[in-house]
This record gives sequence, C-alpha cells and structure tokens, in this order.
Amino acid sequence: MERPVRYNVKNEKGKAIQIAEPPEGYTGEGYFTTKLSNVVGLARKNSIWPLPFATSCCGIEFMATMGSHYDLARFGAERVGFSPRQCDLLMVMGTIAKKMGPVLRQVYLQMAEPRWVLSMGACASSGGIFDTYSVLQGIDQVIPVDVYIPGCPPRPEAVLDGFMKIQELVGKESIRRRNGEQYKQLMESYGIE
Amino acid sequence: MAGNRGLKVHSSEMALTNEIIRERLQAKFGDQLANFEEPYGMLCFEAPKDMNLKLLQFLYDDVELCFQFLTTLCAVHYPQQQGRELAIVYHLHNLRDNIRIRFKIFTDINSPDIFTATNLYSAANWMERETYDFYGVNFVGHPNLKRILNVDEMDYFPMRKEYPLEEATRIDKDDAMFGR
Repeated sequence: MERPVRYNVKNEKGKAIQIAEPPEGYTGEGYFTTKLSNVVGLARKNSIWPLPFATSCCGIEFMATMGSHYDLARFGAERVGFSPRQCDLLMVMGTIAKKMGPVLRQVYLQMAEPRWVLSMGACASSGGIFDTYSVLQGIDQVIPVDVYIPGCPPRPEAVLDGFMKIQELVGKESIRRRNGEQYKQLMESYGIE
Repeated sequence: MAGNRGLKVHSSEMALTNEIIRERLQAKFGDQLANFEEPYGMLCFEAPKDMNLKLLQFLYDDVELCFQFLTTLCAVHYPQQQGRELAIVYHLHNLRDNIRIRFKIFTDINSPDIFTATNLYSAANWMERETYDFYGVNFVGHPNLKRILNVDEMDYFPMRKEYPLEEATRIDKDDAMFGR
C-alpha cells in the first residue's frame, strides 16, 4: 500500500505539522530582522555534530537512539563524527575508569569551541554502581558537563530528552559566553586554558 | 607394525600421578615442603618463602616432572595470619602428561620480597606485575616491576584487605540511604 502523503505533512488531528517557532524579531514583507545570537543559536542547535564516547551498555542504548525507530537524526544530529576536531557535542556514555580519565580529557581538549558535553547514565555522571578504586566517580571530575541523563542505562527517550536539553542550551547561549569571565573561571577550575 | 614406525611408544614409562610427583619432591626437598593436599584431585602444597626459585627450577628441569607451563600466578591476603599475611600461589601444568599442581609460599606483609620467576617462565612477567599492582609483592629481580592495570599515581595496593571497598572521592552517597 502506498503511504498517503498526508501522514508526512499533517499530524494525527489533521492539523499541519508544527514548524519550529521563529525567534523574536520584526517581520515585514520579504524581510525579517532579529538578533544575530538568535540566528546563530537556531543554526547551531539544529545542526549539532555529536561525538559518541561509548564505553559500555549506555552505548548500546545510544545505538538504538541513532537507529530508525528513535532516530536522533530528526534533531539535526544525523552526522555522528568520530573526530573530536569536527564535533560540537561530546556524548559520554558508560563507565569511565580512572585510567580512561586522561583519554577523555584529551578528547575534550581536542574539540574546538563552542563545545558541549552530555553525560549519559549513572556511571558517567557519578560512578554508578562502580563505587570502587578503579572507576572515576563522575566525569565532571575531569571535564565540565552541560547535561546529565539519569538512568542505568537510560532509555532512548531519555537520551532524546537530554539531547533536547542540550539543544535548548545551545539555542539560548549568548555568543559572548565563551569569552566571558565566568566561563574562563570554569575552565580554570578544570585546569584548562 | 609398519604403521607404527613414526610413533614413539613409552611402554616402560608409567603415566605421571600425584603420588609420583609427591615422592620425587620429597626425595629432593625432604620435609621442607608441607601441607600436601589433593582437593578435587589436584596436588597442592606449601613451600618456604626463599625456596620458590629452587623449587620451580626443579619442577621445570626434572625429566619426569616437566612442569614447563606456568598457568597462573597470584597472591592472596590473609590479614588474620600474623607473620604470613601474603600467600603467593603458583599454578603449574605439565603439558606432556596433562597434569597440574599448585603450590603456595607465605610471606610477612612487612617484607614481601619474593624471587621473580621471569627468568624461568616469560609468562610470569605480567602476572608478577599484576600481583605487585594489587598486593604490593616485591618480586626481586623482575625486569620491569611497575603497575600494569591501575593508574600510575595510585599510592596503595587495593586488593589488600586493609583498604575500604568504597571509593573515597564518592560524594553523592547519603549514609542514611545506605543503612550506615
């Protein structure tokens, strides 16, 4: 059976599918003005390149999230990069052993600004059940984290929710934030120049 | 008979058994070896701390024993045994007769100096590093005795039963929630 086109352009109640709200600004015939930071935020948040740093079972949930059923690509994150130099979002998924700590930090340092970090699951966020001598008790001991996703492991819906929280942060971020004093202090608290 | 030409038949040799091994060891070392046991059919015994190399060399070189494969090597911590807190356990395998033995040596935790087996068994290299990493056994003569699994900055031996199981840097665990 052919798939009727209306499923792609209308939602269940027959209404047209919602398009994302435009940012605040002035509209006239043939033009639209708004703040530069809004435009930049809109562009950035809908074209995030994630770098998956998957070390254990959370990584498996992430694979489901990338698959066709949950489909992270709907959020503009189709392109999963495996080079930190090209990526905007470091997704840390799984237990990080203390020996892995410096590796993770190195990957973070290789990413270009602006960069965001998402910590998925109990282990990455706090060490989880691995309360032991060999496991890092939360990646925020070595790099700053923007969003934490709870769960062991979190469901793909939770990953999407966390990703949307990242999008929110990215979209609302002032373009001067990364030059600010507060941000510099945050980096210095982690010993990052 | 022509078909058997390529085969060596050890008709005169008896298969190696635990009794033969035990007799040969006692003939060589007398009553220095103690606590002979055979749990699940595997010959086990204890040896004095400074004799581990002599014993390994004999087990390796002896034409009948031929224990030329080191299966594994590890340590055990017995905190309640004063003066012999650390046990170092060797598992050896005779591949020709497919027979295994196990022996332990005990040492004081304050002077855990043991001769290395790396010159005899190359496999002992990483095993001894691991044993050093987790129990702090000092293998005298080891070519590269440094940590192998844990981070280099670690300043204790985590598998000794004198350290808390839980990580000290953990901050999110509320004692009341864990019944403490």
